[in-house]
Amino acid sequence: MITVKEVKRSLLVSLWFVFLTFPLMVIKVNPYERTVSWRWSNMVYVAIGTFVISLLAKAWFVRKERRMARQQDSCHARIPIIQRILQRPGYRYPLAAFLLGAVLAFPHLFSTYQANIMTTALMYIVLGLGLNIVVGVAGLLDLGYVAFYAVGAYSYALLNLHFGLGFWTVLPVGGLLAALFGVLLGFPVLRLRGDYLAIVTLGFGEIIRLILENWNAFSKGPSGISNIPRPGFFGLEMSLDQAMIYMYYLMIGLLLVTIFVVNRLQDSRLGRAWLALREDEIACQAMGIDKTRTKLIAFSLGAFWAGLIGVIFAAKTTFVNPASFTFMESAIILSIVVLGGMGSIVGVILGALILVLLPEYLRALSEYRMLAFGAILVAMMIFKPEGLIANVRRIYCYQGRKSNTALKNDE
Amino acid sequence: MMNKSILVVSGLTMDFGGIRALDRLDLDVGPKEIVALIGPNGAGKTTFFNCLTGIYLPSDGDIRLVSPQTGRGSRLNGLKPNKITKKGVARTFQNIRLFSQMTVLENVMIGRHCRTSSLIMGAILRTRKTRKEEQETIDKSYDILEKVGLSEQANEFASSLSYGAQRRLEIGRALATEPFLLLLDEPAAGMNPQETADLVTLILQIRDEGHAILLIEHDMKLVMTLSDRIFVMDYGKKIAQGTPAEIRVNRAVIKAYLGEDVGPDNA
Repeated sequence: MITVKEVKRSLLVSLWFVFLTFPLMVIKVNPYERTVSWRWSNMVYVAIGTFVISLLAKAWFVRKERRMARQQDSCHARIPIIQRILQRPGYRYPLAAFLLGAVLAFPHLFSTYQANIMTTALMYIVLGLGLNIVVGVAGLLDLGYVAFYAVGAYSYALLNLHFGLGFWTVLPVGGLLAALFGVLLGFPVLRLRGDYLAIVTLGFGEIIRLILENWNAFSKGPSGISNIPRPGFFGLEMSLDQAMIYMYYLMIGLLLVTIFVVNRLQDSRLGRAWLALREDEIACQAMGIDKTRTKLIAFSLGAFWAGLIGVIFAAKTTFVNPASFTFMESAIILSIVVLGGMGSIVGVILGALILVLLPEYLRALSEYRMLAFGAILVAMMIFKPEGLIANVRRIYCYQGRKSNTALKNDE
Repeated sequence: MMNKSILVVSGLTMDFGGIRALDRLDLDVGPKEIVALIGPNGAGKTTFFNCLTGIYLPSDGDIRLVSPQTGRGSRLNGLKPNKITKKGVARTFQNIRLFSQMTVLENVMIGRHCRTSSLIMGAILRTRKTRKEEQETIDKSYDILEKVGLSEQANEFASSLSYGAQRRLEIGRALATEPFLLLLDEPAAGMNPQETADLVTLILQIRDEGHAILLIEHDMKLVMTLSDRIFVMDYGKKIAQGTPAEIRVNRAVIKAYLGEDVGPDNA
């Protein structure tokens, strides 16, 4: 399976890594004592480590290639196992019921602290689903998504501060304001494509953050706005723990609504147009699709969800300042979409859970968090570029003749 | 002929910087007519299509479209491509531009986009109107697939189709926009003789259903059998027009295709 040539290659790879990491791993200079210590053992570890990893990766590729070749022979599209489970109607409902039960019981089984972490994860799932419309479905690379999140959060903070408006009033207002910003930004920049769009949206995200940071009279600058009230429940007084659990259920509700809406949008005339737009803009226009309008709808819908979650974020933490809306947030949300699988709802949920919960439970490794992120994303691009769970196209049934077998990947 | 034309192009000029790709071109297409546009490579045929469908904005000239149903005319210059499609002009592409990661059926359904109207609220609430529209879209798309002979592959990815089948799918997708004028850019390119023969049958069938067709093609046998009239272009200019029989013996055409040294006897 592994030939001598590959072993030689791996040897070269490990040599190269030893050379690259030599100054960092081996030489240790102490400027105070003016000593240089040579840690030769490190060099051996690096060499052995890279050699083994390189061999393993090679073996994995060989296996994958062989599998691909076999598939082409049999000419059968391979449906991923999770997709197969989801499609089996006998499994679907018990599975859904079990998941729902687990989700509802969660805050009572575990501590409030756990529920709190879960609430954060749920928020990122919804953010991911929102960005998924923009990036995953419509193919518009938006690196400034966090700007709309900030708009939502600050609209609750400011409207509450100045006008005393409550959470439930501002929730839709925050969403709509974010959507409005989406339209305002989208109108001039959506004629750009790919990298250019990414750069402009990245800039927009930073501009919003800088405005919030520097326009003291408007946003109270870096010190932020505190004492934002938590969401109320018909004027009921709640303890902190109860408020946390309430927040959790609220997020579950919003998530269910989001899944429902996103699912229906994807499986509609508009969803198809978005997909087509991602593939070929010129062909789309020739088919009579209004490019600008269709893109704008996707952009502002994505922004709407970011706005909603922004309001919830402000209510959950009871405090907002610009530091919560850095580019890092955009990058994490984007990673969720890419890791999960562009355009796939289940994939985004899984991606969010992995990317939000892993760092929480691996606090010890928190310093290496960014490093791990990078490694995970690079590994994904190499081994599974379509994401954890790839989106499966829907099969439609025809009323005219004998109805074809209808399999749906959703609902 | 002229007063009944559905497409009248007059004096169409397209400049790219200093290069004149189209030079005062005149052309017309009548209802249910098959018109071919031929010429050597680089003559400006595809540029002409791009001007017609709004991808390029012509530097000068006039493109008028007359709807055979209503008899109302409108100017196409400066309209966006999607507006032109909505007015009843659809096209295929020389280098196939299918949505390769969507199924064959979905590709055709995209073509129905401009004839349907449901938007966000319709999609979320899935109203009775939206559901009816969706089912209609699916059924009409299936019918079109049957016409172009691809209903068996309806749920396969467009990228998995053979070359000839992809070209037929492009025609199907264009038909889904309900055009009265169909522009085909080299529909037979890369097809084997059997596929070409099937294509001829398909084009004639489309014509008989009431669509006018303007096609660019290099396969002379196909052009001569199909066309009612032929326009010949070279270096952005129209050098000849007429029936296939007239074009076959036209001196200017032979010169453009074969070079200067053709003696009068060979004409």
